[in-house]
Amino acid sequence: MQLAVLGGFLVAGLAPLLHRWFGQRTPLVMALLPASMALWLLGLWPIIAAGDVLLLEWAWVPGLDITLTFLIDGLAWLFAMLITVIGAFVLVYTGDYLRGHQDLPRFLVVITAFMMSMLGLVLADNLVTLFVFWELTSITSYLLIGFDHTDLAARKAALQGLFVTVGGGLALLAGFIMLAMAGGSWSLAELSTRDDMLREHALYTPLLICVLIGAFTKSAQFPFHFWLPNAMAAPTPVSAYLHSATMVKAGIYLLARLNPALGGTDTWMITLSLVGVLTMATGAFLAIQHTNVKKLLAYSTVMALGTLTMLLGIGTEQALIAFVVFLLAHSLYKGALFMVAGILDHGTGTKDVTAMGGLRGVMPLTAAVAVVAALSLAGLPPLLGFLGKELMFKSVLEAGNFRALILLLAFTAAFLTLAVAAIVALRPFFGTLRETPEAPHEAPPGMLVGPAVLATLSLLFGLAPGLLDGLVSATVSGIGAGEVSTHLALWYGFNLPLLLSLISLLLGVLVFRRWDRVRGRLAVLQPIMTRGPEAGYDALMRGLVVVAEWQTRLLQNGHIRNYLIVTLLVLLGLVGHALFFRHTLELDFAPALYFHEAVVAGLMIAGAVAACVMRSRLAAVASLGIIGFSIALTFVLFSAPDLAITQLLVDTLTVILLVLVLFRLPRFATLSTPMERLRDLAVASLTGGLITLMMLSVSGERLPRISDYMVANSQPLGQGHNIVNVILVDFRALDTLGEMFVLALAAIGVHAMLRFHAVAYDARRHAPLPERDDG
Amino acid sequence: MVRSGTLILNAAARLLLPLQLLFSLFLLLRGHDEPGGGFIAGLVAAGAFALYLFARGRRALDEMLKVSPRDLVGMGLLFGVLATLPAWWVGEPFFTAQWWTIPIIDFKASTPLIFDIGVYLVVVGSVLTAITALVKTDQQDDER
Repeated sequence: MQLAVLGGFLVAGLAPLLHRWFGQRTPLVMALLPASMALWLLGLWPIIAAGDVLLLEWAWVPGLDITLTFLIDGLAWLFAMLITVIGAFVLVYTGDYLRGHQDLPRFLVVITAFMMSMLGLVLADNLVTLFVFWELTSITSYLLIGFDHTDLAARKAALQGLFVTVGGGLALLAGFIMLAMAGGSWSLAELSTRDDMLREHALYTPLLICVLIGAFTKSAQFPFHFWLPNAMAAPTPVSAYLHSATMVKAGIYLLARLNPALGGTDTWMITLSLVGVLTMATGAFLAIQHTNVKKLLAYSTVMALGTLTMLLGIGTEQALIAFVVFLLAHSLYKGALFMVAGILDHGTGTKDVTAMGGLRGVMPLTAAVAVVAALSLAGLPPLLGFLGKELMFKSVLEAGNFRALILLLAFTAAFLTLAVAAIVALRPFFGTLRETPEAPHEAPPGMLVGPAVLATLSLLFGLAPGLLDGLVSATVSGIGAGEVSTHLALWYGFNLPLLLSLISLLLGVLVFRRWDRVRGRLAVLQPIMTRGPEAGYDALMRGLVVVAEWQTRLLQNGHIRNYLIVTLLVLLGLVGHALFFRHTLELDFAPALYFHEAVVAGLMIAGAVAACVMRSRLAAVASLGIIGFSIALTFVLFSAPDLAITQLLVDTLTVILLVLVLFRLPRFATLSTPMERLRDLAVASLTGGLITLMMLSVSGERLPRISDYMVANSQPLGQGHNIVNVILVDFRALDTLGEMFVLALAAIGVHAMLRFHAVAYDARRHAPLPERDDG
Repeated sequence: MVRSGTLILNAAARLLLPLQLLFSLFLLLRGHDEPGGGFIAGLVAAGAFALYLFARGRRALDEMLKVSPRDLVGMGLLFGVLATLPAWWVGEPFFTAQWWTIPIIDFKASTPLIFDIGVYLVVVGSVLTAITALVKTDQQDDER
């Protein structure tokens, strides 16, 4: 499977090539990739149904405990199945949605890469691997939201989504590191067996906060929900895939995955259920204020994500069953509805539901699909959504904390969602036919097959919920504790949840009938809405720009002297701190100098002083040369021929470079004030003094010498007698590789700077010249 | 400022260049056991090319090198990265040195040597990139 996922990234990269061969059929060809993966997963079903956990081991960086091991249990299987099946349909859908679009290959590259990242995320067993895939989904999502990169709004939304999710990702990384420290393992499978150890660990609260921030930002929980509706600037296949069925559920997946390891405490339960139910209510409340069909659906997705978080927070066995059923139901109907939204947009040229009406006649198939999916969203029998809602109410009624508040908010969200479902399914298709920007037409088959299959599955699972027993049991026992055997049914008899459903149905219909008036009333709240979390985000971004400008002007002002001073002062601070506060200063100074050593040292001092006071550049360069050659001489005296040769050669080449540069500089002039020179002198002497102190304190006998190891092992391990070279190319080869890249970058930098300077110079020269006085 | 040099410099550069390059290869190959190595050898070679550049001009250097110094940098980095792969192939940790003996000439080939060649190329390429970039703008100045 690892090979399949990694190979999938390769296939993603090959999309432009495939596009050359298959043309407009490329998405269909590429859909074979997720489809075959789905078949492979289906083949694993007997193992999963038996409640077994599949560990596909793969070492990656054994030295750092990082593995590419995949862990396939019920939860991972369910998510992987959703990703591959909906992924295949989304690709088929894309084939018609972006037919003839010039950037189709680019789209296919990114969405396939996203698909593979998402698969890696839900299958990874190792925290680091999971995090890598997590960040990959953020980056690919950024590219997909901003797919229409000429649109300012799309770019802004893409950046917003990126900043929010990647910012959360940083917190998540910190959380993962603490998690691994507290649990003593990077493996999720092992961590879930160490729950007692984790819950009692001192780091439990900080790590929980960090992990939750990561999960909440990714899954658009209040107060981070605002990025998701803005992300609707993406093409519709992206919304249907990333922003309803997969990526936004990554945070939910993580919470479910960590539930056995971290769940069960009061902090966990209260935070999750309150944040979840707040998100639910916010999402549903904001949804009915919008007339853009994609925004309506996006806010109802926020509501659904809140529901899932809340159910995990309640955490009873009943709630976990509801979690799995609701998750599956939501992925099926929301994927279908988003694709329907794309059909509407595609067929009529508008996204505004108030501008559409009576399309039932021209789009009979789309209308049928939309109604079935919307019934599931509304939570009406006999669809899977009904089951999910009933189970949700049932779980809320047994919530341990803040039951009344949660019930009230969940109930409000439920009837508002019902209204949303009615708006989406009824407004465009029923009533009188309205004029739309484009003449409406039925969708091509490629765009219909996906939503039709997803809607049919909603209906099928609703009618025969027994089909899901095995999957739900396997998943719940993976995220909860112990063995669970579930028996789902559509009809549990007349009970309180059913009563709640009925009341919410009535209220929902009422809201739908009065929707226009409700919206008008809610418009009064607009001033409050503009001060929501999104305004906070905007203020933060503006503040960031201000700080960036300020610190750039302060630190990156283009004067090499300032760069030097800042660098040296930081060095002084760090070295000084380590020297005086973390270690006691013990000088080991035995001035047993030979005469010739003193001469060399004197030469160096003389060279340094001369370089400072010379009033000609050439003389200053020559003085620096004296220092360089004296250093080389020192290396010779201490029998380090390699270093001496290097020093000599570097000095020689420096002279060559300086000669080339010198002639280009203006006449030597004193540009600094005496005060500035005094300051520079102070910084220089402090640095020199401190480094000397450091050298004196580490050169004594009390610290272990690292060179002993090198000397002893250079020949046996490195097969070379030249210790310097063995260190460079064997013992410390990774450092050297890094240095090589630094050197290469420096060369590219010099090249670019001089070339662009020359180009700019040329441009100036060809422009009408001002009077020149230098000839 | 850098113009094709005098007769003496011109002749000297032409004679010295092959010797210097041979010397740099010598330093490179013996570097693992005796003073030398990729970095030093690269500096020697770069110095040799710089001398040639000063003596005969930039165009002559370009014609002789055939490749752009920047490509040398890229090739060097490629060698550096390639040297990491054999260890992976035989299932040892990243960057573990591998040694092979080539039979007839009894030469010890190794990944550290490949790596050192990478260092050599990067050093030559970087120094030459910087020097030629400076010379190029100089020549543009001269055209004024």
